[in-house]
Amino acid sequence: MSALDKIPIQIEASATTGPYHRNTLPLLHEIAHALRRFQAEGNSTTLDLGAIPFGPGDEQRLLDFLGTGEVSAKLDAMGDTNIWESAYAGVWIIEHKNASGERVAFQIEITKLPAILETQPEDIEESLIKLQEALENPKTGVFV
Amino acid sequence: MVDSNNKTLGETLRRNGVSRRGFLKFCTATASMMALPPSMAPAIAAALDKARRPSVIWLSFQECTGCTESLTRSHSPTLENLIFNHISLDYHHTLQAASGHAAEAAKEEAMHANEGKYLVVVDGSIPLGNPGYSTTAGISNLQTLEETVAGAAAVIAVGTCAAFGGLPKADPNPTGAVSVSDIVKDKPVINVSGCPPIPVVITGVLAHYLTFGTLPDLDQYGRPKAFYGTSIHDRCYRRPFYDKGLFANTFDDEGAKRGWCLYKLGCKGPMAYNACATVKWNEGTSWPVESGHGCLGCSEPDFWDAGGFYNALSIPLGEVSRTASVAAAAGLVLGAAAAGLNYKTKSEAKKRHGRVTVEDLEKTS
Repeated sequence: MSALDKIPIQIEASATTGPYHRNTLPLLHEIAHALRRFQAEGNSTTLDLGAIPFGPGDEQRLLDFLGTGEVSAKLDAMGDTNIWESAYAGVWIIEHKNASGERVAFQIEITKLPAILETQPEDIEESLIKLQEALENPKTGVFV
Repeated sequence: MVDSNNKTLGETLRRNGVSRRGFLKFCTATASMMALPPSMAPAIAAALDKARRPSVIWLSFQECTGCTESLTRSHSPTLENLIFNHISLDYHHTLQAASGHAAEAAKEEAMHANEGKYLVVVDGSIPLGNPGYSTTAGISNLQTLEETVAGAAAVIAVGTCAAFGGLPKADPNPTGAVSVSDIVKDKPVINVSGCPPIPVVITGVLAHYLTFGTLPDLDQYGRPKAFYGTSIHDRCYRRPFYDKGLFANTFDDEGAKRGWCLYKLGCKGPMAYNACATVKWNEGTSWPVESGHGCLGCSEPDFWDAGGFYNALSIPLGEVSRTASVAAAAGLVLGAAAAGLNYKTKSEAKKRHGRVTVEDLEKTS
């Protein structure tokens, strides 16, 4: 929670019942086009929501429309990353946060599985070394 | 600390226990920060992995420290911090622990050790009217800039004061303030305008240099196109209301409450180029237009003298039109009197400020 959350603000209308700024619908059409392209050609698409001029409530409208699907995952690397598949299979929402829980990137990925979830070859290499070391020098009492 | 840690960014992050996934996440956020397409993230990862620490010398001239505040008050720990941890910030008045001769010696050392490779960041305008208006260690801003820039790879003018003269240059420009690009002609100058600039834009330019070893594409005012390529108006979420002719006419009318376009209330969005509409401020919470106030156009040259913050852009600027409107309402004689009065005020202001010398400054202090 950041210091900004502690400022008391009286909200007269919820974000989604306030004026609609008409920036959500074009984006949903873009997602539909990308999903069609992925199905036909197998090309993934990533949309950077940080570059979209959202008005108050637009983001919530988008997320409400997309809903939540079967899969969700949490990545713990330099802060949390929340990843979930929307109610529309193949449309993933990825929210990267820093160690203070503040958002540093927000994306929609149209793909089978977001690349960030895959184990990276560099980490496997490191992992193998660590595993080997652990096997050679097991902690006292582990295998007793 | 000059060149004491020449590790690549990839090595630095790995040494700090950051996994490859964490690094890719960092690169994704960096791509977003540099306003590059997300598909660039792997290329950024490959380049940043090998990027080495550049030396940065930060000079502060006629400024209010708002630009440094903007950068350092950004949420932390952040991407900005990571970038700043990776550059070698060898000299910065406000942030450095050293002072006096030790500070100046650190700057000299950094300049010699990184000859031709270091970056100079400048905030504040340079007074040409009298060297006594702004000095550091008794040396005029002009001389400091010329000496420091001589061995630099490039100069980044941070804030509207450094980029265009800014508030110190506002009419009648009592100190004879000029911008960095008015002085520096033989090195690349990147203008990162804004009063203050968005922190992520400052670090975005540094990240671009770190990543690609080159400077970003610039617009006609020397600003990175990635952040200043489109107008506030074109990226504004209230733009659909403008297109429909729905405007707020006062700050508390029905139009204002319904979030309609602020053009008639003086919004300078159509002539202002900046990233506020998408990057926003205060951890992405909001930005002026979302808070119900028009854009001031603070990233544009001479924004302070652009005819009034609350005048719609369709109202003509300048003394001539003001005089004309007064004359139409109250007769030519009154109009001429108003113009005369205006001229007198301006010339008095110029006279009052124009003759100040170092001796005068000492007398009044």
